[in-house]
Amino acid sequence: MKGTMTRGADIIVQSLIAEQAEIIFGYPGGAIMPTYDALYDYHEQIKHVLTRHEQGAIHAAQGYARVSGKVGVCLATSGPGATNLITGLADALIDSTPLVCITGQVAAHLLGTDAFQETDVVGMSMPGTKWNIQVQRVEDIAPAIAKGFFIARSGRPGPVLIDITKNAQTDFGEMNYAPCLGFRSYKTHIPVEKTAIQQAAELINQAERPYVLFGQGVVLGKAEAELKFFLDKSGIPAASTLLGSGALSQDHPNYVGKLGMHGNYAPNLLTNQCDVLIAVGMRFDDRVTGDLKRYAKQAKVIHLELDAAEINKNVKADVPVHGDCKESLSMLTAEVEAKTHDEWIGKFRDLEKMEKDAVMQHDITPTKNGLTMGEVINQVNQYKADDAVLVTDVGQHQMIAWRYFNYKKTRTQVTSGGLGTMGFALPAALGAQMYDYSRQVVCVVGDGGIQMTIQELGTIMQTKAPVKVVLLNNNYLGMVRQWQQMFFDKRYSFTELDNPDFIKIAEAYGIAAQKVSAREGLKEAIEDMLIHDGPYFLEVVVEKEDNVFPMIATGCSVEEVRLS
Amino acid sequence: MKRYTIFVITENFIGILNRITIIFTRRGINIDALTASESRLPGIHRITIEVTATEETVIQLVNQIEKIIDVIKAFHHEDDAVVYQEIALYKIPVAKLDGGLEKIIRQHNARIIAAEKEFVVLELTGHKEQTRELLEILKEYDLLEFARSGRVAVAKRMLTIDSFVK
Repeated sequence: MKGTMTRGADIIVQSLIAEQAEIIFGYPGGAIMPTYDALYDYHEQIKHVLTRHEQGAIHAAQGYARVSGKVGVCLATSGPGATNLITGLADALIDSTPLVCITGQVAAHLLGTDAFQETDVVGMSMPGTKWNIQVQRVEDIAPAIAKGFFIARSGRPGPVLIDITKNAQTDFGEMNYAPCLGFRSYKTHIPVEKTAIQQAAELINQAERPYVLFGQGVVLGKAEAELKFFLDKSGIPAASTLLGSGALSQDHPNYVGKLGMHGNYAPNLLTNQCDVLIAVGMRFDDRVTGDLKRYAKQAKVIHLELDAAEINKNVKADVPVHGDCKESLSMLTAEVEAKTHDEWIGKFRDLEKMEKDAVMQHDITPTKNGLTMGEVINQVNQYKADDAVLVTDVGQHQMIAWRYFNYKKTRTQVTSGGLGTMGFALPAALGAQMYDYSRQVVCVVGDGGIQMTIQELGTIMQTKAPVKVVLLNNNYLGMVRQWQQMFFDKRYSFTELDNPDFIKIAEAYGIAAQKVSAREGLKEAIEDMLIHDGPYFLEVVVEKEDNVFPMIATGCSVEEVRLS
Repeated sequence: MKRYTIFVITENFIGILNRITIIFTRRGINIDALTASESRLPGIHRITIEVTATEETVIQLVNQIEKIIDVIKAFHHEDDAVVYQEIALYKIPVAKLDGGLEKIIRQHNARIIAAEKEFVVLELTGHKEQTRELLEILKEYDLLEFARSGRVAVAKRMLTIDSFVK
């Protein structure tokens, strides 16, 4: 009998291959060892990247998923291996990133006995996953993985965790892999209501100052072309959220900038002057809306959204359009009148000029000696490829890089938006690069965040992933310091860092590295980095106490966006 | 703030109750009562949750509950849209059983469902106000123990769950 049966561990790997997973990011350990043993036999069919920490593995899987649109796969052992995934799960859930994470678990007969490296990861990860399950029997492995992939990638994507006990991995069972095509409690296709489209079109056709806000939903719904056609025809100005950046090329004539606490001046300010607000695949995050009581109160709101729980959650929609924005956008395009809104877009351009004079001038062409983050990113922007992926960590550098990076292609923006996870960038950049070695991946990090996952330089060394790391070093936890300066009387409580010699660290990992402290040589250093064959580490010492503007301070309205 | 009854129709899946309660706890909302049972249909469970909140919040809670993968459907109702009952048990020392208590039992339509050497157990089914009223009275009879179930309820509208379970 045993001869015709398959070992659970092999079923796991074969199931991943059946789901067309190309790469696993993981870290071995006791309870997942049978699966690692199986992996040994499949290295030609599926790649495995050994990170230096499970958090690195899951962030790498996130980076891979974000640029590829595929499900990121992550493998870890029980106990600490599993708990180290939690931050990444929470991050992937709030940023709608499809992941399947498989964790080993102690043998079923030991469950609940505080066995070595036993932890209730299903319980712990429940609020941080779209779905999770524990598998204790070999026959349940393949169906759980099939269901997991289906759930992760369908509807609003998200992370799934499958916890598999050691006995299920070592037992033998039949391998008949059947992909999951759906089940009754989970509706993946929501037909768009025609009446909602008609109501929305009516509002739009009557509007004088309509305004589109687009988010990552456009990318996740593969609706970039539909968004562009809608804007081409309707002539409506459009602004992007942090994660929506790239869904529409910034060169599009209707594109008016970026929304949010550190977004552009005009798109924030004019939110309170539009008469119809059309939100597409975005969830009105508080970093976008500021004070909700004073957010777009003058406007009728149309909300195109797949996730019913997002409709009316933060901003009441006058016309909710529930469903996939790929469908609803094209239905709406058919119903709206061809128009131009030159005068209204002109208002955005006027304010854009104010921002250029008041903020961008200082950021890009500073008069002071110290380098600014803005000029570094501006240089990167000059020399990068059109489809270069920008991966950022969290903090000042993230906001500056986002502000000055010119997004032209979809899936070129990888950052931790909702959760704001410091330490995300380096492993996420590695994952993004693993999807496609030929694509330029620029990883911009701060001196705080990089030290949270700096060990992943080891993974970059081992994989030779040609990630270009740009460390913007101001020897501060810069964003916190900025808030301390502005809102806490400059009481710089535990934000100054004594940093190591980053160049020596990079070099110790065998990664080509260069440090730039002055304006002379910056341009050349960036050029050197971008043409370098292989990973590169560029440290740029920037002004210690520089601030990110514009800014909507916490509790303020979007119309109170400050230029200084 | 009002009292609402939330019905959740779910697959019988380990951990589903936990996923549902997390939605309340993360917002710091207390669940007044909760019952879970089988439904009329095999494999389908129904969970009845009683909660005091604003309608806006309840709608958001229901949306987030319905978003849970193994939840089939969730509804919310105000009290007048549901028929509901709760069951209460009262444990009283036998020594306190006298004519006065018998009268109280009759007046409240309660009944004695168990009699042991040292105590009797009374049962009353009704709305919370009724079971609470009896509780206050019985406190003077050296009440030893009191337990009340969560609400079991059915909606007044003629919609069955069959249409959601396909």
